[in-house]
Amino acid sequence: MDEKPTRLPRELELAEKELTPHGESAQRLMTPDPDPIHVAPEMAIAEDVRAEDGGYVRGTSLWRDAWRRLLKNKLAVFGLIVVVLITVASVIGPALIKRLLGFTPDYIPTHDIRLVKSFPPFTGPEGNFSWLHPMGTDNAGRDQLARVLQGGQISLFVGVISTLVSLLIGVSYGAIAGYIGGRVDNLMMRLVDVLYSLPYIIVVIVLLSMFRSQTPRGQLTLLFIALGSVSWLTMARIVRGQVLSLKNQEFVLAARATGVSIPRIIFRHLVPNTLGPVIVYATLTIPQIMLTEAFLSFLGFGVQAPLASWGSLAADGIQNIAIYPWQLVFPGVTMALTLFSLNFLGDGLRDALDPQMRTV
Amino acid sequence: MLRFIIRRLLVTIPTILVVITITWVLIKLAPGNFYSGEKRLPAAIEKNIREKYGLDKPWYQQYGRTMWNILRHGDFGTSLKYEGQSVNTIIARSLPVSASVGILAYILALIVGIIAGSIAALKQNSRWDYSSMALAMLGISVPNFVLGPILVLIFSLSLYWLPPSRWGGFPSRNLILPVLTLSAVYMAYIARLTRAGMLEVLRSDYIRTARSKGLSERDVVVRHALRGGLMPVISYTGPALAFLLTGTVVVERIFALPGLGNYFIQASLNRDEPLIIGIVAFIAITLLLMNLLVDIAYAFLDPRVRY
Repeated sequence: MDEKPTRLPRELELAEKELTPHGESAQRLMTPDPDPIHVAPEMAIAEDVRAEDGGYVRGTSLWRDAWRRLLKNKLAVFGLIVVVLITVASVIGPALIKRLLGFTPDYIPTHDIRLVKSFPPFTGPEGNFSWLHPMGTDNAGRDQLARVLQGGQISLFVGVISTLVSLLIGVSYGAIAGYIGGRVDNLMMRLVDVLYSLPYIIVVIVLLSMFRSQTPRGQLTLLFIALGSVSWLTMARIVRGQVLSLKNQEFVLAARATGVSIPRIIFRHLVPNTLGPVIVYATLTIPQIMLTEAFLSFLGFGVQAPLASWGSLAADGIQNIAIYPWQLVFPGVTMALTLFSLNFLGDGLRDALDPQMRTV
Repeated sequence: MLRFIIRRLLVTIPTILVVITITWVLIKLAPGNFYSGEKRLPAAIEKNIREKYGLDKPWYQQYGRTMWNILRHGDFGTSLKYEGQSVNTIIARSLPVSASVGILAYILALIVGIIAGSIAALKQNSRWDYSSMALAMLGISVPNFVLGPILVLIFSLSLYWLPPSRWGGFPSRNLILPVLTLSAVYMAYIARLTRAGMLEVLRSDYIRTARSKGLSERDVVVRHALRGGLMPVISYTGPALAFLLTGTVVVERIFALPGLGNYFIQASLNRDEPLIIGIVAFIAITLLLMNLLVDIAYAFLDPRVRY
């Protein structure tokens, strides 16, 4: 038996699996889609909708269509709202707290030694009720709310930037492999297969522990590189599959006939058409990267003090879990809520853009 | 089939060598040394240490010696931190700890996940479906280093039912919390995969045939639908194993278990070079062999797949 028949089913199966990294979603299977999208975005403009009087009104674009469907999905809307709220709170929260209450996330109340200890939520120095620290304080008397919000900044930042890094690598790699095809494609995808089977997280831990950086910027850069460079594989496979199915269509032929250069065909004509699945997968990559970052920070290989992420806050909290459980619970629950919402949003986007209808 | 296995094994060996080499290069490229600490060592002592561990030789000789010992004798050398203990002994000692937690967690995840996923698919859009899928989403979203301590907080520190940490031998109550913590995510994934797979299969023609020839619902589900519906779950076994390995790292840290993951973290922090390389190589080998097994199992279960 030869190469070809051996690889095909496995690869098809993988391609299918990748598009549903969390399994098939409920929505899509529950209701057969009334208006499936199966054309490239710029061709979808003429999808006419019947108005009340029986005439035809202006068609809707794919994106407006997807947006409408997303809004119908209650869980996705919930996810979207929570993600936006947490992002806004993380971005402006620490500054707002400083303006209103006068302390920064790393402010230690050194003027009064009685305050340098961990207070439970909503508790003042005398054990009385107080609004000052709604999430309590940590061992050094620092405000937990401010720290959780600042940790959110780092966690979200790492999640988004690393996803962009993986997007950049994955999309270019997949598009080039898919467009060139043949032996080059075979070789490039074999490499992806091999990389898939590596215990990459273990290698990342070695990398991070060996090249410990002292500066915050160095730590973050190392994290971006480490996380981004190991999470592009699935993206490359998805984009390759899309490009394979698109590259023989007429618009590519037309571009080639008019003498457009290959890089331009790939990045101007093919890549924009793979955007739907790419956006969906990127949305689902963000929580995964945030989880990995938290995992690394938890083990002490990610961001370190004075920077804090949700993972490192949880790692600090676990030390005192028996006495000060709120030190773990607040960063942990905030993070879980964010990941929960991001996952729902990603699922909702997948239903809305329905990339499965577009795969071949 | 045999040819497939041989070909895969032939790819596996260079892959493992590449992993070992990458690890070795990373360690060598990094600034500092395992003996470099706060205080600088006197030159004579440093020279002795370098001689003892062969660090005075050029890099290609060091690399060659490491690789030769690994390939020829399966010998990863002696740990630098745990003096007098060979890497192989440390792995042999810590493997049972990791394996018992990992395997129990995987079995638990399979049982609960498949049952929950099947029920969700069979009673689609019912309350069962929604609640199990919401739970599954929760399982995916709650990091295990949050779940573990919260379980400890509830079951050990508040209710005093279970020991909070430490290794207590194979069948012991100490295992319950680590296994629960580790399996939560896989349970969730497997439940979702099972549900999706079952939903697809339940709509297919051969299930309609099975139903129309008068098989009982139980026979239809157990003998026909599950077999097809579980294919995604089986193909998830490979990735799951990889995640399980990283999951054990966290769980072993939380529950202070002397497993492979804990030793690996310690070794990374200590720059215990032979131990790092040994554990990385061991994990890579396990992972690659497991992936091979999954592919073979796939071929047996799905008659459409031909190697």
